[in-house]
Amino acid sequence: MTHANAVALVVFTFFFGLVTVLGFVASRWRKGDLDQLDEWGLAGRRFGTLVTWFLLGGDLYTAYTFMAVPALVFGAGAIGFFAVPYTVITYPFVFVVMPRLWSISHKRGYITGADFVRDRFGSPTLALAIAVTGIVATMPYIALQLLGIQVVLGAMGVGGSGLLADLPLIIAFVILAAYTYQSGLRAPALIAVVKDAIIYVTVIAAVVVIPAKLGGYAKIFAAVPTSKLLLTAPTASDWGQYSEYPTLAFGSALALFLYPHSITGLLSSSGRAVIRRNTAMMPAYSFLLALIAMLGYMALAAGVDKNPAYAEGFRHFGPNFAVPALFLASFPPWFVGFSFAAVAIGALVPAAIMSIAAANLFTRNIYREYVRPRCTPKEESTVAKLLSLVVKFGALAFIVFSPQKYAIQLQLLGGVWILQTFPSIVIGLYTRWLHRWGLLAGWAVGITFGTWMVSELHFKKTVYPLHVGSLTVNGYAAIWALVVNLTIAGVLSLILPRLGVPRGADRTLDEEHALAA
Amino acid sequence: MLARKRRSTAAWHGLLALPFVGLLWVPFYNRSAPALAGFPYFYWYQFVWIGLSAGLTAIVYFATRDHDR
Repeated sequence: MTHANAVALVVFTFFFGLVTVLGFVASRWRKGDLDQLDEWGLAGRRFGTLVTWFLLGGDLYTAYTFMAVPALVFGAGAIGFFAVPYTVITYPFVFVVMPRLWSISHKRGYITGADFVRDRFGSPTLALAIAVTGIVATMPYIALQLLGIQVVLGAMGVGGSGLLADLPLIIAFVILAAYTYQSGLRAPALIAVVKDAIIYVTVIAAVVVIPAKLGGYAKIFAAVPTSKLLLTAPTASDWGQYSEYPTLAFGSALALFLYPHSITGLLSSSGRAVIRRNTAMMPAYSFLLALIAMLGYMALAAGVDKNPAYAEGFRHFGPNFAVPALFLASFPPWFVGFSFAAVAIGALVPAAIMSIAAANLFTRNIYREYVRPRCTPKEESTVAKLLSLVVKFGALAFIVFSPQKYAIQLQLLGGVWILQTFPSIVIGLYTRWLHRWGLLAGWAVGITFGTWMVSELHFKKTVYPLHVGSLTVNGYAAIWALVVNLTIAGVLSLILPRLGVPRGADRTLDEEHALAA
Repeated sequence: MLARKRRSTAAWHGLLALPFVGLLWVPFYNRSAPALAGFPYFYWYQFVWIGLSAGLTAIVYFATRDHDR
């Protein structure tokens, strides 16, 4: 290990240690009985506007933002910028739709989206489908976080070969698992504040210092090959990136708040107004994301991929190494350690919330529904704590068995699955017209079709070329699958009532929906 | 009274469709000129929408705020 690496590692370890302490201390913050699932998994639903802003920021702006997006911009150019429209249009959507989910969940004590679906459509089976989808779709997303930590550790020269290579990651992971178990949602909420502070410092330093070194933004853009600077224009037979870009943005935007960890973030807030205020404040993070995306071009302009010092890193991690290499090339060692800590902590916070959310789903909609209907609140929270550990190991399996050139594909893969819960959750908030068995059939076909498309692409891509006559339309597989899903749900909802198949009883009160408009 | 309130809320929510139109129709912005502070049009156009969308959301929030009570 070089001297520079050692300095970076010391700073990194200091900040990592700091948040670890915070994670354990958090169990006493806004004290509650952590043997209740409401307290462990939703922190008592008491977070106000500011804490919710930090929590959602920590929850939604992850290694996806800090590593995967700039890596895609670095490797593929303009198409990688789709994350900007994605993280802009998701908030108007949330503003309109999600306060309804908050209201009904608050009144009826729901902890998960599947809780709502169960009562709304009178179908524990449909709720099971929603819960399983949430858990499975979360795993590649957690895997993306672990990959983020792995890359920065690798960039500091940590890890040898064989078993030793994964040891630092496993240590980080065990620490994360321990304080999540102990403190529940309070841990990531408290750490999110520190995370934000060091992320903002890092990004502001990066977008000021690096362009100054490279000769300004005009020079940076000039270094980008012209073919990558804009989206490829459509031809008579192929829509090219003109359909790819907006379907990726739109599909990701609709999918984001269906993820269990997003719903957990929303439901832990203290009111509808808190959610609405936050949808106007969250774009501050989207602005940050757009700046971070620019780091991909800065890495190109700095020529880090041609620097022999980083050849080893690029060989190991592909384009995902672009941002770490850029930081190594541009910052003094102590600040490298600081910025890498920002990336790693930025990955730990969402990983904690994701595992909590998946644990909530398992406990509420699988364990209590099918295994122990009469379990006590204490038993419920114990099961959730244990499951939060299991989920993290599932995620570890994803990065071991499914290595990706672009880490962003892990997140997009999760999106293909989670978007198939849209009809049950989002449309369900407005109407019960869709029949429960129609929804289940639509979900099943949507998931199968979506997975089939991605497997045709060998799980390396999620943009599927649809052939309509002689025309090729490239689009996010999640959207194609959702169209099929909705069609089947709609057709069956017309047919099934005529065949006398009963709808389930609605256990959410109608007056609440009327007032929630 | 309630019906009128809901109609006005729906009208305000219509404003929130604008970011979708502005960002999902690629031909609006897939070009490099005019550049701004070194940023090609494609990039700064989308940067601007981040602020516009936040502003629109804030306007709709204040306009429909009493409905949350």
